[in-house]
Amino acid sequence: MSALQKSIEEMIVGLKLPQNVIDNLNRELKDRKVTKKQMEEIVKRLNTGYDNAKIEAGEAAGVVSAQSIGEPGTQMTMRTFHYAGVAEINVTLGLPRLIEIVDARKNPSTPMMTIFLEKDYSHDRDKARELAWKIEATYINVLGSMSTDITEMKVLIELNKKALAQRNMTSEEIAGKIEEELGVSSEIKGDTLVLEPSKPSYRELLQLVKSVHSVILKGIKGIKRVVIRKEDSGEYVLYTEGSVLKEVLSIEGVDATRTRTNNVNEIFEVMGIEAARQALINEATDTLKEQGLNVDVRHIMLVSDIMTVDGDVKPIGRHGISGEKASVLARAAFEVTVNHLLDSGMRGDVDELRGVTENVIVGQPIRLGTGNVKLIAKKAT
Amino acid sequence: MKEKENTGREFNPLKHRMVPNHEILSEDEVKNLLSEYNVEKEQLPKIRAIDPTVAAAKAKVGDVMRITRESKTAGIAYYYRMVIA
Repeated sequence: MSALQKSIEEMIVGLKLPQNVIDNLNRELKDRKVTKKQMEEIVKRLNTGYDNAKIEAGEAAGVVSAQSIGEPGTQMTMRTFHYAGVAEINVTLGLPRLIEIVDARKNPSTPMMTIFLEKDYSHDRDKARELAWKIEATYINVLGSMSTDITEMKVLIELNKKALAQRNMTSEEIAGKIEEELGVSSEIKGDTLVLEPSKPSYRELLQLVKSVHSVILKGIKGIKRVVIRKEDSGEYVLYTEGSVLKEVLSIEGVDATRTRTNNVNEIFEVMGIEAARQALINEATDTLKEQGLNVDVRHIMLVSDIMTVDGDVKPIGRHGISGEKASVLARAAFEVTVNHLLDSGMRGDVDELRGVTENVIVGQPIRLGTGNVKLIAKKAT
Repeated sequence: MKEKENTGREFNPLKHRMVPNHEILSEDEVKNLLSEYNVEKEQLPKIRAIDPTVAAAKAKVGDVMRITRESKTAGIAYYYRMVIA
């Protein structure tokens, strides 16, 4: 390596610029000869170019973001349901989904998981299917039919052999599971399970039928359906209706480095605040993109950052960011005006008039942009 | 609720693709950081002590973590969070 090349490289390393800019620079410099003097000029222009591209101090970045997300939002469909790809899984999209994301709902209306499988499982259809059965909550109604014998005061469950074999289950297993959950032992007669209620009354009998229906015989509670799909890469991926990330991650064969859910709060609980921030960005961009809207990722990043700065996922709005503003007037201007004014009046709160809203209310210049700069004139002596 | 069987598989959040790299800063690094941005430690963004990544990185309350994010705009972006109770 020549001395020239070395000094150029040192100059690049010394640059205080984002990685993307440096990567671009390196790409341009490749197969190109530059002298030291030229390089100095490049660095100079790069730095001024970067300074010009940076947002101005005092710029109302939040307002710009709000408008940039809000305006395309007006073009979104009010109510859309969509099916995720080939798999017939229903997911909320469009405006309702965007609202759900910024509200940081604990229970989104259509939770869904994308389960990736480990190497040994991902290219084997049978193994993928086996895992899918392990995850999907199985109730008695898919394994057989239940009937009541009123003369004998007994519940009869006729099991479907094919359905059992498909799920790799035995009648003993089912009897054991029912006993474990309900404390009712059952008699196995061939393919039929016979259950007896604790008291021979008609009411008890019906109660027993009801509770047997709600026993999960296999799988994870809360996962209504699992759909297997072969991706273009040739690997099998499971899509689920319902989301229980923590339990799914502990199942053998599930790739715990890629499996994800569309429930941001669940991601926060299982993988932490940084993953939740990333999930917010991903979900919001995907929702907007699906509607054919292009919003710069910086605006979405700003919103996600604000929602996650304090270490937990906070909603935008009355119960979150806007409700925590320090200024009484700003909060009163947003929602439930009277309550805020009344409470603050009783407490004797002081408004420091630091924010935008409160200064607009009292008729002062806002402290943003040029309003943020104070000039002091020196007296001519 | 009855207890679910333990499969012996421990989930490590730091290995997940959606979780960026978390590392604990040494005291000197914290000092440099605070003087570089001219802020107090309490003004940094926060991360809860119950956060799964905090436990996985073995950080304590009061530590500052450097998070190396993959950014769509900057390529690599550093973010700092203070561990709070």
